[in-house]
Amino acid sequence: MYRLEELLIVSIATMLDGLKHVAVGASSPVPGAAALLARSRSQGSLRVSLLGSRRHNAFTDGGKELFDCAAQGRIDAFFLGGAQIDGEANINLVGVGDYPKAKARFPGSFGSSYLYFLVPRVILFSLEHSPRVMVPRVDFISAPGASPEGVYRPGGPYALVTNRCVFAFRRKTRRFRLLTAHPGEDLASIRDNTGFEFDAPERVPETPAPSEAELALLRDRVGREIAEVYPAFAGRLWNIEQGNEAEIPAGSTEESIAARFH
Amino acid sequence: MWKLRERILRFEFMTEFLGGVDDLAGRIPHGSRIAVPPDYSGCAMAAVRALIRRGARDLGLLGVPQVGFQGDMLIGAGCVAAVETAALTLGEYGAAPRFTEAIKSAQIRMRDSTCPAIHAGLQAAEKGVPFMPLRGILGSDVLAHRDDWKTINNPFGVDDSLVVLPAIRPDVSLFHAALADREGNVWIGVRRELMLMAHASRQTLVSVEAIGDQDLLSDDRYASGTIPSLYVSAIAQAHRGAWPVGLKEHYAPDAQHLRQYVLLAATEDGFRRYLDKFVYASESSVDVSA
Repeated sequence: MYRLEELLIVSIATMLDGLKHVAVGASSPVPGAAALLARSRSQGSLRVSLLGSRRHNAFTDGGKELFDCAAQGRIDAFFLGGAQIDGEANINLVGVGDYPKAKARFPGSFGSSYLYFLVPRVILFSLEHSPRVMVPRVDFISAPGASPEGVYRPGGPYALVTNRCVFAFRRKTRRFRLLTAHPGEDLASIRDNTGFEFDAPERVPETPAPSEAELALLRDRVGREIAEVYPAFAGRLWNIEQGNEAEIPAGSTEESIAARFH
Repeated sequence: MWKLRERILRFEFMTEFLGGVDDLAGRIPHGSRIAVPPDYSGCAMAAVRALIRRGARDLGLLGVPQVGFQGDMLIGAGCVAAVETAALTLGEYGAAPRFTEAIKSAQIRMRDSTCPAIHAGLQAAEKGVPFMPLRGILGSDVLAHRDDWKTINNPFGVDDSLVVLPAIRPDVSLFHAALADREGNVWIGVRRELMLMAHASRQTLVSVEAIGDQDLLSDDRYASGTIPSLYVSAIAQAHRGAWPVGLKEHYAPDAQHLRQYVLLAATEDGFRRYLDKFVYASESSVDVSA
């Protein structure tokens, strides 16, 4: 037995095997766990930069370092979501309806307008595979899925992983192709829930189930690691109560600061 | 020449120590362009409450590169005329209710940006140059809605388009840090976006947990993570001044309070009640110890 999240984590981790540096942005527990799983079986060859973490994040030059790193080609994979995603892999993190007076307003584009161009393997991730998310055309392009020739663009969409299936993105045709369907889903159910057209094989394979070894890693080491940044997620999924975050010092703040500064 | 002199004279080079966060808030004129960090990077929440109490208005709020609870509160309290940010987010606590409402009613002027564009604009200001080029962004609606951004051809290349962003020079940067010394140096550790903000802003106002006797610049282990007083306009001590969003490594976010905020701020009326209880009551009557 395994949870949907575990299936998604393992599906994403497979796409990261063999890479050298994977970065994970804010509000991304499933991609974060996938990156840590890929690292744990990489025998030390994969570096993970998990935003919001002290232990799994080596950046020391402030908020800009991730972006500078990406522009130089020092990051192989990153993850983006979308309140809307369309068939050309355009993503919308801003709002539904006319801009700026949106019918529904979301937080904003974060670094997507930039990282989508520069990170070679951007994996789109959504836990809501429905017609209102998978739309024919996004209302606002936070970041375009493809660019005209001549635009400097070493990066872009690689795959779309949802609660129903896994798509690959083909840059040449600017279309998604269905790779696998999760247990309980088939081509018809996926088409019903997808507002855009996509390619599909005649027979859609099932997304491979996590192995016992993968589940054991997830439920122990990876779970404890991801709990530092996403304690609620790790608690809900694996009953891991305490993260391995440095304990908040007891006593007054002044005392704890004084202790740090001799 | 005259213009240049005026520009240089506008900076203050000595740090003032103020009595409290209300004095700090008093240094922020109406209409200021004010830069603030995200919830994880040291937010001067006590000073933000003071800013609301003094009835600040027409602020231009800049998220570096995004902004959380303090943004939602300032917008809800009517202090903000314009917002420039890569996101306004309460993270796992859900949608930002007052921000969402202000967008729907067109109460604020919104300038959507993207994280590296805000960093790059501040870096241009830091270098004293008028603009900074940046990769990506081309073909996005973020760019389409920014009439202050331009696309140029790489002057050193052929057929290579680049977005250029004007320097961002905030009137004020406002944030919270763990420690200052008596010279006015402020220790920020690895939170170097705060350093960038201080370098780029005309005025930098900081609330701190503690003011220590030892010169932070005397020890290399601290000096590299310290904003020199040269850039720090004024400091006020505020015990647990980042409550309720917390100060990493020192105290955690007050999750219960933050959930309560989101519930109350869902309606205008509830938000008013929140302000009455936690903001308009004087700072000393607010229990920040939770």
